[in-house]
Amino acid sequence: MKSILVIIAFFAVIAMTAQNNTLPSVDLKKPDGTIVSSDSILNQGKPIIISFWATWCKPCVKELTTFAEVYEEWQEETGVKLYAISIDDSRTFPNVASFVNGRDWPFDVFCDPNFDFKRAMNVNLVPHTFIIDKDRNIVWQHTSFTEGGELELIELIRKLNNGEKISE
Amino acid sequence: MKKFFAAAFILSSIAGAAQNVLQNAQIHGDFQTDFQYYLPDSSIGADTVPEKLLSNGYLNLLFTSGNFSAGVRYENYNNVMQGFDPRYKGSGIPYRFASYSHKDFEITAGNYYEQFGSGLLLRSYEERSLGIDNSLDGIRIRYKPYKGIYLKGAIGQQRFFFDKGEGIVRGLDGEINLNEFNNKWAASKLKVTVGGSFVSKYQADRDPIYNLPQNVGGWAVRTTLIYGNWMLNGEYAHKVNDPSTVNKMIYKPGEALFTSLSYSKKGFGITLSAKRIDNMNFRSDRSATGNVLTMNYLPALTKPHSYTLLAFYPYASQPNGEMAFQGQLNYKIKKGTKLGGHYGTDVAVNYSRANAIDMQKINDSTALMQSGTLGYTSDFFAIGDELYFEDINIEISHKFSKKVKGIFTWAYLTYNSDIIEGHTDGTFYSHIGVADVTYKITPTKSLRMEVQHLMTKQDEKNWANAMIEFTLAPKWFFMAGDSYNYGNPADDKKLHYYTTGFGYTKNSSRIAITYGKQREGIVCVGGVCRNVPASYGFLVTITSNF
Repeated sequence: MKSILVIIAFFAVIAMTAQNNTLPSVDLKKPDGTIVSSDSILNQGKPIIISFWATWCKPCVKELTTFAEVYEEWQEETGVKLYAISIDDSRTFPNVASFVNGRDWPFDVFCDPNFDFKRAMNVNLVPHTFIIDKDRNIVWQHTSFTEGGELELIELIRKLNNGEKISE
Repeated sequence: MKKFFAAAFILSSIAGAAQNVLQNAQIHGDFQTDFQYYLPDSSIGADTVPEKLLSNGYLNLLFTSGNFSAGVRYENYNNVMQGFDPRYKGSGIPYRFASYSHKDFEITAGNYYEQFGSGLLLRSYEERSLGIDNSLDGIRIRYKPYKGIYLKGAIGQQRFFFDKGEGIVRGLDGEINLNEFNNKWAASKLKVTVGGSFVSKYQADRDPIYNLPQNVGGWAVRTTLIYGNWMLNGEYAHKVNDPSTVNKMIYKPGEALFTSLSYSKKGFGITLSAKRIDNMNFRSDRSATGNVLTMNYLPALTKPHSYTLLAFYPYASQPNGEMAFQGQLNYKIKKGTKLGGHYGTDVAVNYSRANAIDMQKINDSTALMQSGTLGYTSDFFAIGDELYFEDINIEISHKFSKKVKGIFTWAYLTYNSDIIEGHTDGTFYSHIGVADVTYKITPTKSLRMEVQHLMTKQDEKNWANAMIEFTLAPKWFFMAGDSYNYGNPADDKKLHYYTTGFGYTKNSSRIAITYGKQREGIVCVGGVCRNVPASYGFLVTITSNF
């Protein structure tokens, strides 16, 4: 019990002085197995969307299929870049490359087969989507996907580009 | 435990003084709680739960400051929900770590999750929905001595509920990416990565009958070759004799091969995989069974299904032996064509099959799998006669108009319940069809309907399922559904399993409440499964992230 209190006190002190959360640095994999750091999630000063998904997650695939349909327009309008982070473990990891190519998704896909990035980003359930601003701050996040959810997302990106504050 | 935190605290204080740590500090976390209020229902076999209400709760806190990070997870089971191992009892902090990284070097003390290669020898991970957490508690080092070279070393004991298993796990892993390693090969069309690992465990031998190996070692080699649109992956693992409760105390060494070949380009992808597992149960405690103290991960080579009736008969990997094959094809029929329509059509075809391995007696006088012997011999390339599982399925996703889209799935499953569940009900053959149609009423309001049918002459015979869901993006959903075992020959077993519920999401916080009945069944993730008893009542799930 004492140790729990010590921890809570420790975190409370930090929480008071803590800053915005930025993107953690964790090793991921490309669908071809090459190791790549989350530090390479970049978009030259423009906003970034990070979406956690898995090949077996129906709402995730719906969400990314929806994003794929509007991605070109979004990029032209806002310059946003989307990174889809697959949490397929070694059971379905070998299928990710052919799944993504087979669906002709136009965005970058990285893989997190042992959930290191998922843990560092405190993701409980997929789909889980983040917006990252030009300074790599995590400014917004949302769990689950419902039809039409993409409209809110792009609206937030527009606001972010206009310099409005979107974090709550 | 207390000492650990005192040490972590002092360390961070020193670091703080040195680097003004608090100015760069970040703190974030996540929270999940599931609780269920149970009502008895003798018709579906839902027993009375004495506590009435059971709950599982988890809180993660992560702290980072520059190169330093630390974290804890508090877990609470008052009492653990049905279908989970009752040894999850009470509350505590089973996960805490501190980690420091500098340039290409990282050291973690405390609990950590690690995977070598595809996990055939070592994978510690958390899969909360299955009650699996085999994190290692010890020290882990990761080091990149040169570009393209990745080294890892790990030592520790595994989590065992709110305690630790007695076995000690040690491992080394190395990987080299030749195209990163040598600049001359950077632009080569052929990309080559090779890796290898060694893992061993120590557990004292106190067995009165057998002379057991106290140190059990295993090694693995792996490679990934990419040439243009082609990719070949393979890993082979071998371990020395390791008599255990799961393998009925035989002394045969174990081996596993996991390999896949894929070709993909814009709009087309195909992956063929093959797997052989032979006596590859690997745990840090030889007497452990179930989902505890598992050191390696033997994924099922089958497609994970998510629709209710498609997930009725899920496959679980057989660590004592299986030969499995899978083919997966993804194809996009272009938009503007006759079949593709205005928006294009996605087609996915999947075939998978798992059989026994070949098993021969070691000699005429020794029975197969006789404890204290080598157990059996097996031809590496021979496929055993007994079929464990087969699944052929096709999934077509099509958008008909701006307002209507659908996913249509058909599957034919063969499920050997004797092997997979350890029952004596034989093999079930089933045809399953699913139609999942979404109608967009307005840009943010939509109606989704699922209709499913399962046809089988075995088990509980035919089932039908229907579900309707209304969503109001991005915050609300409402659903109602029913699974009906209309084909059951016994009239009093033609049961309905209805559920209704709603959910509310605000950014990263979500609450979902469902009320209804759940059939007794198996929940599987990654070929690892747990049994869920029949239940009736309210289920509340709250997740949040900050």
